[in-house]
Amino acid sequence: MEKYLYIALFAPLASSLFVALFATRPKMLFTGVVASILIAISMISSFILLMDVNTYGALHVNMMDWIVAGNLYIPFGFVVDEVSVIMMVTVTLVSTVVHIYSIGYMDHDKSFNRFFSYLSAFVFSMMILVMSDNFVGLFIGWEGVGLCSWLLIGFWYHKHSASWAANEAFIMNRIADLGMLMGLFLIYWNVGSLQYEEVFAALKDLDSVIVATIGMFLFIGAMGKSAQFPLHTWLADAMEGPTPVSALIHAATMVTAGVYLVIRCGELYSMIPDVGFAIASLGAFVALFAASMALVNNDLKRIIAYSTLSQLGYMFVAAGLGAYWIALFHLMTHAFFKSLLFLGAGNVMHAMHDELNIKKMGGLYGSMKATAILMSVASVALAGIYPLAGFFSKDKILEVAFNEGAYFLWFALFIGAGLTAFYSFRLVMLVFFGEKEYIKHGFHPHEAQPFVIYALLPLGLLAVIAGWFEHQFEGFTTRLLARYEIHISHGIEIILIGATLCIAVGGIAFAIYKYQRGGFSKTWEEGFFYKLLSNQYYIPKVYELYIMRPFTILSQFVWQKIDMKVVDFTVDSIARTIYKTGEKSRKMQSGNLSDMLRWMVVGIVVLLVLALFYRPMA
Amino acid sequence: MITLTHYLILTGLLFAIGLVGVMRRTNLLMLFFSTEILLNAVNIGFVAVSKYYGDFTGQMFAFFIIAVAASEVAVGLGLLILWYKRNGSVDLNSLQMMKG
Amino acid sequence: MYETVAFYIFSILTLGMFGIVVMSKNALYAMSALAGGMIFISGFFFILDAEFLGVVQIVVYSGAIMALYAFGMMFFDTTRDVSEKMRSKKIAYTLSILSAILIVAILCIPLVSESIEASYPAIENVGNIQMVGLILFTKYLVPFELAAIMLLVAMISGIVLASKKMDEHLAIEEDECEMLKEGK
Repeated sequence: MEKYLYIALFAPLASSLFVALFATRPKMLFTGVVASILIAISMISSFILLMDVNTYGALHVNMMDWIVAGNLYIPFGFVVDEVSVIMMVTVTLVSTVVHIYSIGYMDHDKSFNRFFSYLSAFVFSMMILVMSDNFVGLFIGWEGVGLCSWLLIGFWYHKHSASWAANEAFIMNRIADLGMLMGLFLIYWNVGSLQYEEVFAALKDLDSVIVATIGMFLFIGAMGKSAQFPLHTWLADAMEGPTPVSALIHAATMVTAGVYLVIRCGELYSMIPDVGFAIASLGAFVALFAASMALVNNDLKRIIAYSTLSQLGYMFVAAGLGAYWIALFHLMTHAFFKSLLFLGAGNVMHAMHDELNIKKMGGLYGSMKATAILMSVASVALAGIYPLAGFFSKDKILEVAFNEGAYFLWFALFIGAGLTAFYSFRLVMLVFFGEKEYIKHGFHPHEAQPFVIYALLPLGLLAVIAGWFEHQFEGFTTRLLARYEIHISHGIEIILIGATLCIAVGGIAFAIYKYQRGGFSKTWEEGFFYKLLSNQYYIPKVYELYIMRPFTILSQFVWQKIDMKVVDFTVDSIARTIYKTGEKSRKMQSGNLSDMLRWMVVGIVVLLVLALFYRPMA
Repeated sequence: MITLTHYLILTGLLFAIGLVGVMRRTNLLMLFFSTEILLNAVNIGFVAVSKYYGDFTGQMFAFFIIAVAASEVAVGLGLLILWYKRNGSVDLNSLQMMKG
Repeated sequence: MYETVAFYIFSILTLGMFGIVVMSKNALYAMSALAGGMIFISGFFFILDAEFLGVVQIVVYSGAIMALYAFGMMFFDTTRDVSEKMRSKKIAYTLSILSAILIVAILCIPLVSESIEASYPAIENVGNIQMVGLILFTKYLVPFELAAIMLLVAMISGIVLASKKMDEHLAIEEDECEMLKEGK
């Protein structure tokens, strides 16, 4: 059984390294095929492991000792338990689909090979993240996905906006990682080990203030990865990368790493429910905040990015309130329909020659039936309509909020569900139905190649049926995670579900109604709220003015005054002193014997003085 | 009473005279004379210590120094003559070829 | 009493002679003064009961070495005054005085501490020359032989350096002998 673990873990690495050999060559089709096959192998191993864990229970493997220094023992250890195997299956499944999709999407790109190398490297880092059995391995995977995300967002590096976005993503992640490192240090200092089992066992004996601090610091790390407010601006800008990247990283895997961290440390967060409530509140705020920004945006991928942000907020609400398996469930279903949405958007972009403004599209249903159907299915799943996947997971979260008595949170999520339904269908209507604006701009769209559509079909299927496995999922994951009891009576539960359904359906109906008539009038765009939302509440501007500019000035100052004037000066003066001394001493060698005899006598005198006043071992 | 100290002071003075000669003279032959003075000063010192401590090592040493001085003069003068034949001058400043 | 007087006379004379050697402008005066100084140093040796060494000093130094110097002097133009410009006199004098003081200090210190033991002590009732012979040929035999070799080397080098045509035969070979006979 361990061999499946190693296969699942190292197949992506092998793929990445193999393709990296061809990274500088022009496009070679077989690199994409080989990469997809290897990732598919990893997926099959993950499924086998899923069945094994179901039958036998968790699997622990200690591959190799890494750091053994005094009391610090950090091995390269891996654990495949219920949580990590769910993550593994999700990650590898979406990765396989994305790899196959990319063969079609990156068809005309001259860095075709490099893309697959980076993509596989990302999958490998993510696997390390979810499979590791200690915090340090998690951190290695954490940094690895951050790095691969930077490489992939800035894939078209000669575009200035792309490399800027990549830097922004990486730097914001780094800022958050500082918080995570503090958490790790605190854990090690108080517990003496970084293995999950030992840490969670020792937590009960710790002071609750320390546990709360650890929880806060770890959450700061999660905030960066999962783009919670205020470290959220990078996610929207990360759409500069190729669409498969957005689908894989910024919908299904990397941004869920933060949620995974909170889920994994569920035992920790159960001890500090106040911190959990703060996390949930922040999650609810982000859910509403991002949904509001998606309402007015005209960029195809950004709408979906804000949607991801919003759904991450939902996941954090669940995790913060202690319903960890529900958060994991929503994570899984969300991965499926969100990546489907992104990949469908990629098809649309490809057809429209990388045009992103949805106002310039419309009526594409005629030319792209398959994509339209898939995206509509995904949007319905996102909106949370029975019996698709989103309904089960999202409703469960709303029930959790209600159960905890956090009615304000429930209300925020409730409104958020309505907004989600609205903007998803706004997107679908503006892109696929309505007037054919694209004719005015001279586009000739065509459907994507057949194998791409076939690759998307599994995701579409899963978006439909994943929710039906809720009970098996609950039984499976609660072997490890905490059970969550919902105490509201059945009647109120039905009312809640009904209310949520109503608002979702209402949102969809409103969107269809409005956009069939040609959308909102232009006067809305002059309004204050519209401007606020479309400029993302002016937050990027605030960051630029109050953080980036002062920092740039400080860096310039340090560079010119301190680095060049002090450090360089010191080093140069040492060199200059030695040089000048050498030049002066050169004059001793005048070639004149009389001079040399004098120097000899000087030497004699020096030696005599030394002999007289410094007698070693006298 | 003449103690060892008198002899040693004498040695020191003679040695200083020799050093002055070494540093002062630019004629090579005169330089050799100054070297002889140095050697003789040291000889006196050795023999004086040998006498006052009853140890014969000093006299042996002085003996060998005389032998060495003799051979040194032989070789030195030979070289000096060669140099004079080649360059026509025995001045030290004409010897300045190895400038650093 | 005699010893004191002799010491002071000899020391003043020696210092004077060597002073002339170092300071004089005339090469001949310097050489003569050097020879004189050697003789007076030999006088010191006699005062110090080192008769063998005193005689050796006169024979080797004043006899052989000064003769060498005299022959060497014949090569150079000695009627001309040796005019030298000494650069930075002060440094030279300071250095030499300093080194003199230091040497004396170094030599005095072990004596002051009075911790010297003789390694080859003198035997009573044996004359100086016998003593010298005893020690020279038993304890210092190896240095003696080495000194002999050194003198040999010096002699050969002196000859080689100073002579002109060393590549000529110094003896007649057989074939040359025949040639001579035939030529006759």
